[in-house]
Amino acid sequence: MQQPGRAAEIKAIGIGKSFGSFRALDDLTLDIGRGEFLTLLGPSGSGKTTFLMILAGFVQPTDGRLFSDGVDITERPAEQRAAGMVFQGYALFPHMSVEANIAFPLKVRKKSAADIKRRISEMIERVGLKGHEKKLPSQLSGGQQQRVALARALVFEPGVLLLDEPFSALDKGLRGQMQAEMKRLHQETGTTFVFVTHDQSEALALSSRVAIFNHGKLLQVGAPDEVYDRPANRFVAEFLGEINMLPLKDVRNADNGAIGLCEDRTIRLRGNASAVGSTAILAIRPEYMSIAPEAAAGENGIAATAVASTYLGAATRLDLTTRQGAKLTVSVPNEVAASALSKGNSVWLTWPAEKGFLLPDGGQ
Amino acid sequence: MKAYLSDRMGAALLMAPLLLFLGAAYAWPFFGVVNWSFTLPEPGLGQYGTLLSDPLVQSVFVRTLRIAAIVTIVSVAAAYAITVVWVRGTPAQRVVAEFCILVPFWISVLTRAFGWVALLSNRGLFNTWLQAIGFISEPLTLVRNEFGVIVGMTHFLIPFAVFPLASSMRSLDDRVLLAARGLGSSRMRTFWSVFVPMTRSGIIGSALIVFVFSLGFFVTPAILGGGRSVMVAELIYLRIFQSPDWGLGAAISVVLVLFVGALMALVFRYVRPRQLI
Repeated sequence: MQQPGRAAEIKAIGIGKSFGSFRALDDLTLDIGRGEFLTLLGPSGSGKTTFLMILAGFVQPTDGRLFSDGVDITERPAEQRAAGMVFQGYALFPHMSVEANIAFPLKVRKKSAADIKRRISEMIERVGLKGHEKKLPSQLSGGQQQRVALARALVFEPGVLLLDEPFSALDKGLRGQMQAEMKRLHQETGTTFVFVTHDQSEALALSSRVAIFNHGKLLQVGAPDEVYDRPANRFVAEFLGEINMLPLKDVRNADNGAIGLCEDRTIRLRGNASAVGSTAILAIRPEYMSIAPEAAAGENGIAATAVASTYLGAATRLDLTTRQGAKLTVSVPNEVAASALSKGNSVWLTWPAEKGFLLPDGGQ
Repeated sequence: MKAYLSDRMGAALLMAPLLLFLGAAYAWPFFGVVNWSFTLPEPGLGQYGTLLSDPLVQSVFVRTLRIAAIVTIVSVAAAYAITVVWVRGTPAQRVVAEFCILVPFWISVLTRAFGWVALLSNRGLFNTWLQAIGFISEPLTLVRNEFGVIVGMTHFLIPFAVFPLASSMRSLDDRVLLAARGLGSSRMRTFWSVFVPMTRSGIIGSALIVFVFSLGFFVTPAILGGGRSVMVAELIYLRIFQSPDWGLGAAISVVLVLFVGALMALVFRYVRPRQLI
């Protein structure tokens, strides 16, 4: 149904929004590629929803310009932007049947009755709502309402589909199912998707790129593995998942990366020392750390004492403290955890050099 | 209050004076009226027969229903516009709308009726102005007829039409309106095909209230109708105090109360009593 060429390409240049003295969004510059699935990720109040509302045309930015396919649309009203939108809570028309809800954008566009009929039945089929055409939204389950909202937003073949935390009201099982469905709809329609969420696993699972927001600023944009493995700063590193951080001294460049001292051991890691200064933070995702009785000379490792364990079923989460008091967390197989706790509690944690990376010292 | 009294009994005790008053001042006399309607001047259903056959009584009923219907449509439409501004306008607009809704409550119905007479009479403000600008040469008959009654009643009833509308507009989810616009619908279209249908319960509630109030209106039609546009309440008054034909007056009262009662039952199916004020 969707011509790939119809997907929109969006360019935001220096977009800012102030509500009185509150700066909701600051100097945001971002290209959204044709047909990509971009997730706007951040805690509440980070500016991600404000940006989505600016894209939709519901909120006017105070600064900056917005382009769609090279055309300046900054001042264009929402009803002329033709962006499909799925709201938190779905915002279906409560007085219209499923069919009428989906027909609404087509009727507004004065499509012929035959055309409307054909497209509705196609869309209803596509989102799996056959047999529910005449029902009112209040007679549907949350997942079904979600499908109506998606169908209504996609039926007029918009250049971009905007989704504002669409799964927040669904329970976990249904959420996974709807995520898979949305991924499929994205592939089938080829439309540009811009998706807002505060759930980092949802963002990593769905998107072709993730844009991370905090305090009204865009901190980093990149493919899920890129932002996860090479976060630009401490906030991004922590927001995307659990991370262990250790203080690092005497940081300097070495072949293929950097080296530094961590609790009197030389550590090799990825990154550019000249970007951080002589002291920095060494960050490693816990899943790359393993427990060993000894660390070989030249291997990355740190001695630690296991202080607590939490049984998670498939694995055990182990909390450890280093000799100088830094706290670490790892998830290890259950029997490894048991033996680590029994061996006088003192173990070594090791990790491959390319899995550690540098973050600037002092937080953000 | 003694400890063994439950909350329920406490509430019942607090309500008791009101219920006693309503019983003594309304229900008991009303049974008296019902009694008259079957006994005066002689026992039987004679007065109800008159009610069905007397062309004068029937014309008054028809006029009452017609005026009530027109007043309802005009009041609800005007109240709808005011309420949109009151609930969804800018802060300054809201203050103005609120003022316009509340001020009429502070002015007596009698004062307002005479105010309209002053404005609409042959040598009233409207006619003087219209003649002054040469728009008309002879004064228009704006009062002592049905038109005057409708103007006065509409003016009185608009504020009552506002409250059910306001409560339905306040409970409306803004995102649904945004969704309509995002889907390409103009503001006008969004208003007519989303906003208005979503406030349907408010419109029904508001219309029923205005209609019910209109049916029993007395002072405004009596003054602005000038005896030429008699409505049911005035007819009852004439039958009791002037004819005197108590039996027929009582029968008309009973029919009016039953009709209003049935409509009120309908009102409460659409609106919770709390939403009416």
